[in-house]
Amino acid sequence: MEGDVGALGVLASLSLVAIAALISARLGLGLELAIGGAAARALAQLLLVGAALGIVIGQDQPLAWSWLWVAGILLIASWVVWRRAPELPGVFWLALAANVVTAAVVAGLVFGLGVFPLEGRTLIPVMGMTIGNALTATVVAATLLVREVGERRDDVEARLALGRPWQDAVRPHLRAVLRAAISPQIERTRHLGTVFLPGAMVGLILAGVDPLDAVLVQGALMYVILGSVATSTAVIALGAAHRLFTRDHRLLPLARATGPPPEERLARRALALLRRGGDRAG
Amino acid sequence: MSGIVLELRGVSLERGGRRVLRGVDLAVPDHGITVLAGPSGAGKSSLLRLFNRLEAPTSGTVLFRGRDVAGLDPLWLRRRVGMVFQRPTPFPGTVRDNLLVGAPESGPAELAGALARAGLDEGFLDRPADDLSGGELQRMCLARALAPRPEVLLLDEPTSSLDPRAREVVERTGLRLAREGVPLVWVTHDMAQGERVADRVAVLVDGAVREQGHGSRVREVLGREDAAPAAGGPGGG
Repeated sequence: MEGDVGALGVLASLSLVAIAALISARLGLGLELAIGGAAARALAQLLLVGAALGIVIGQDQPLAWSWLWVAGILLIASWVVWRRAPELPGVFWLALAANVVTAAVVAGLVFGLGVFPLEGRTLIPVMGMTIGNALTATVVAATLLVREVGERRDDVEARLALGRPWQDAVRPHLRAVLRAAISPQIERTRHLGTVFLPGAMVGLILAGVDPLDAVLVQGALMYVILGSVATSTAVIALGAAHRLFTRDHRLLPLARATGPPPEERLARRALALLRRGGDRAG
Repeated sequence: MSGIVLELRGVSLERGGRRVLRGVDLAVPDHGITVLAGPSGAGKSSLLRLFNRLEAPTSGTVLFRGRDVAGLDPLWLRRRVGMVFQRPTPFPGTVRDNLLVGAPESGPAELAGALARAGLDEGFLDRPADDLSGGELQRMCLARALAPRPEVLLLDEPTSSLDPRAREVVERTGLRLAREGVPLVWVTHDMAQGERVADRVAVLVDGAVREQGHGSRVREVLGREDAAPAAGGPGGG
């Protein structure tokens, strides 16, 4: 098939969306409209992005347009972190710093070492995948740190009261948070190819690329993603920890104000959506 | 010659828009046990935390040996002004690991000395901290605070989470430390305990020092406050 999916092919794949909507209707989940809306919105967004990408990474376009696109990715990702972790003061700038550092490290290594050629068609996808995958870990690191320090305030203040600087007082908790934020990506990397086949590799194989070549591309991307997750979480967690203390090594009271963890928030949002759907269905 | 080790001059503290302390003047002598008593929410713990700069006053001055603590290195100050919290908080590892957090340069003899002053023998050094009983744990926290050899010790309701037997042991330990020359500032809401340990007492109500007196007048001073009508005071303990 050589990866040519025509309009008919896309329409045919919509039958699976119809199956999802059917399941929702049969089980009374009330998610039919949400499923249909999400599918339509995704298609519209992808068409728009595809058209814009076509212009930005076109043969004669200057690379500056691609860098601008990357800047947009960085800004949007930072905004998403701010939306999801508002309890941390200045989280937007922290997230932006984490994303910029990560992007700089990744771009420097990937393009500097010649893993991929520096072109618009490589720059935007690599940066998009890198920042997109680091996003979840960044949010988890920021929110978990505020929660952990708030819950272990006694421990942190006991260390401060012994004359330890804030960096020492927060270190055990920082370690725990970074482990929690980075571990899922390590797990994903460990089970790559055995439990799941990642999107980039599947896409390449479907597009007719030799599977071995697809594997090499995917391997390089996974290493980049693993490194970027570690970099961005470390930057945001260290920056966040700094903001929880005053210059004279006092823990700010804000650490007590913690919301539910991100996974719990997601579950609550899903439940709220289900309830709204149930109300409508009822 | 006796002097003043800690002092508050016109200290007020606001937290989240609430006034926790209002214009407090208080002097802590460099010997004996000064008890800070008062009902829950009177601001006792917040006041204590001003002495080692875990809190900063909104206005007024906090002095350590006559020097404004705002001009002192907070880490140095906290090694000179030790603190034991209401709830014992063991750090991961052994008792030795815990003691080394505040006094990383200490050798085995110094660590054993700190344990002995808190009423524990040196056999505890290699025991995991989270295996200790409540009373042992609080005495380990006392030893941990003593390890950097502070000039004064702040005790924030140190026996409120302990059973009567452990409470008695900690009280005896505090009295012995005071006799050995370590001045203590002891926060409690337990009038009987105040009576047992106090050389001086100050009663805090609604964020202000309502009464001060000699230890022998504890019951009189606290009793008068017990009889006073309760007011909706500031939080902070």
